[in-house]
Amino acid sequence: MASIIELHEVEKSFVKGREFVEVLVGLDLRIDEGDFVALMGPSGSGKTTLLNLIGGIDKATSGEVVVAGKELGGMSSSELARWRAANIGFVFQFYNLLPVLTAQRNVELPLLLTKLSAAQRRKNALTALEVVGLSDRAKHKPGELSGGQQQRVAIARAIVADAPILVCDEPTGDLDRDNADEILDLLDILSRDHGKTIVMVTHDPKAASHAKRVASLDKGQLAEAAA
Amino acid sequence: MSPVGLVWANLHRRPVRTYLTLFSVLVAFLLFTMLRTMAVWFTSTGDSTAANRLVVAAKYSMIESLPINQRSAILAVDGVEAVTHQTWFGGIYQDSSQFFPKFPVEPRAYFDMYPEIAIAPEHLDAFANTRTGAVAPAALLEKFGWSVGDKIPIEADIYPQQDGNRLWEFDLVGSYRPKDEDSVQQIFLFHYDYFNEAAAFGSGAVGWYTVRIADPDRAPEIASAIDGLFENSQNPTKTATEDEFARAFAAQIGDIRLIANSILSAVFFTILVLTAVVMHWAFRERIAELAVLKTLGFSDGRVAVFVLGESVLLCGLGGLLGVGVGLLFTPVLSTVVAQQMGLSGMSLDWNTVLHGLGIAVLLGALVGVAPALLARRLTIAEALRRS
Repeated sequence: MASIIELHEVEKSFVKGREFVEVLVGLDLRIDEGDFVALMGPSGSGKTTLLNLIGGIDKATSGEVVVAGKELGGMSSSELARWRAANIGFVFQFYNLLPVLTAQRNVELPLLLTKLSAAQRRKNALTALEVVGLSDRAKHKPGELSGGQQQRVAIARAIVADAPILVCDEPTGDLDRDNADEILDLLDILSRDHGKTIVMVTHDPKAASHAKRVASLDKGQLAEAAA
Repeated sequence: MSPVGLVWANLHRRPVRTYLTLFSVLVAFLLFTMLRTMAVWFTSTGDSTAANRLVVAAKYSMIESLPINQRSAILAVDGVEAVTHQTWFGGIYQDSSQFFPKFPVEPRAYFDMYPEIAIAPEHLDAFANTRTGAVAPAALLEKFGWSVGDKIPIEADIYPQQDGNRLWEFDLVGSYRPKDEDSVQQIFLFHYDYFNEAAAFGSGAVGWYTVRIADPDRAPEIASAIDGLFENSQNPTKTATEDEFARAFAAQIGDIRLIANSILSAVFFTILVLTAVVMHWAFRERIAELAVLKTLGFSDGRVAVFVLGESVLLCGLGGLLGVGVGLLFTPVLSTVVAQQMGLSGMSLDWNTVLHGLGIAVLLGALVGVAPALLARRLTIAEALRRS
């Protein structure tokens, strides 16, 4: 199967105060289309940084990051924004929904960047909510939803524009076991039935067990990649 | 949902804060509308001035009077068609809150000078032929319930009668109606001859002359000629167009525009600081949300426009409501001014409305530019990490 994410010799470092911090060191990674990869590792190992590089919200210090056929390092901020809108769906640990908007309007947000009519945007948002089993909560604001429901709204927002890649940063990290299982089942469905490529950062071995592959990061290096 | 809907929804994040800020902006623009309306009205002359009329007043102070014998000399100046005079009488009707101007005038010459003021011929005849006669605008008759034939008592505060009596009694013999009722002062006119003969002092003197000229283009030349006549006399004059005279008269009250602008500058500066603080809070408390918008694909510029749009919408809406309430209040203000000062004709100046709305949008842009720039520069990874 063709690769959709390829990283070659990627390095990422920060200057924190007077300290030079190397987060990723010569990292290589290849993820095929439709793959479901879990990124594991201890805190500070660079999992979220790697996810940010794949999602095009941060840039590598050196090396090559090619995602969905584009080398991200040479793209401008506005090119990256357009690219993200078309290719990446984000799911965060703390959902990051806009509290002032209803579930439906939160899901509609990425569609504001498309040329769809208002009616079509509304329809697509409702369809996405239906996929995650929340069409009956469309008019509820995030504050009126449970954590699991909010995360499902966030997943609906991630898939509404039909992005081929989902990057999920600890999507079950703030949920109890039952809700976490529901979210993981949903990600399974999106990977299996909708062909989404999923890259998920997690500390939870049970969550990682849903992935087809587990990549372990330690001290900025990909220590192990298990099938 | 539209992008504007998103901006609108964000303004409702903290409704109490938003509505209090909106109310502050509203009050500021209400004040703006009221003060500007008054300032514009005080310093404009409306339709009551004419290009072919000059006013000749004492050179050094408008409260100084001029001798009546200057009249014939002025009339003899080349280009002058007619001359009449008016005098500020002061006087109190009932009490000082019921103020309206009272001028002794030459009946026929006065109405000949102001053809835009309509008076029935029989009323003018009665006015001209009755020594104690007076005419008043129809609006004053209506306001005080006067009828033709009534005796109108006026207590003198400047000019007592020769016998020391401060009470002047006039016979109301008619009414007049200005062409545009809102454009002139509501002046109570009475016979100059009666005033001249009965007043304890001021006999043979007038307040100022009004001069009609044949060619308005020659106004500066004729004004110079008139002033030249009296340059070395005991009563030098200053001649100006009616419009200039009206502005100078308004300036006697004070530099209304300067006063209004000073107050408004202080108000707008306060509102600017207050709203800027509010918008900065609003920005800081949702840095993560702005980062999420960028994550979803909204460009730096678009996110900045959202933030700027919020402050422009807030200030614009506040300005619109303030000016709107001002529109409703203007007739009330006009009534109060008419009652207290006897001056009518105050109405909303549409330039004030447009200025108000323009300032509101500008205020919003000024307030929003700093958070918008911060939002533009926000890096997603850093913002998400901080949140």
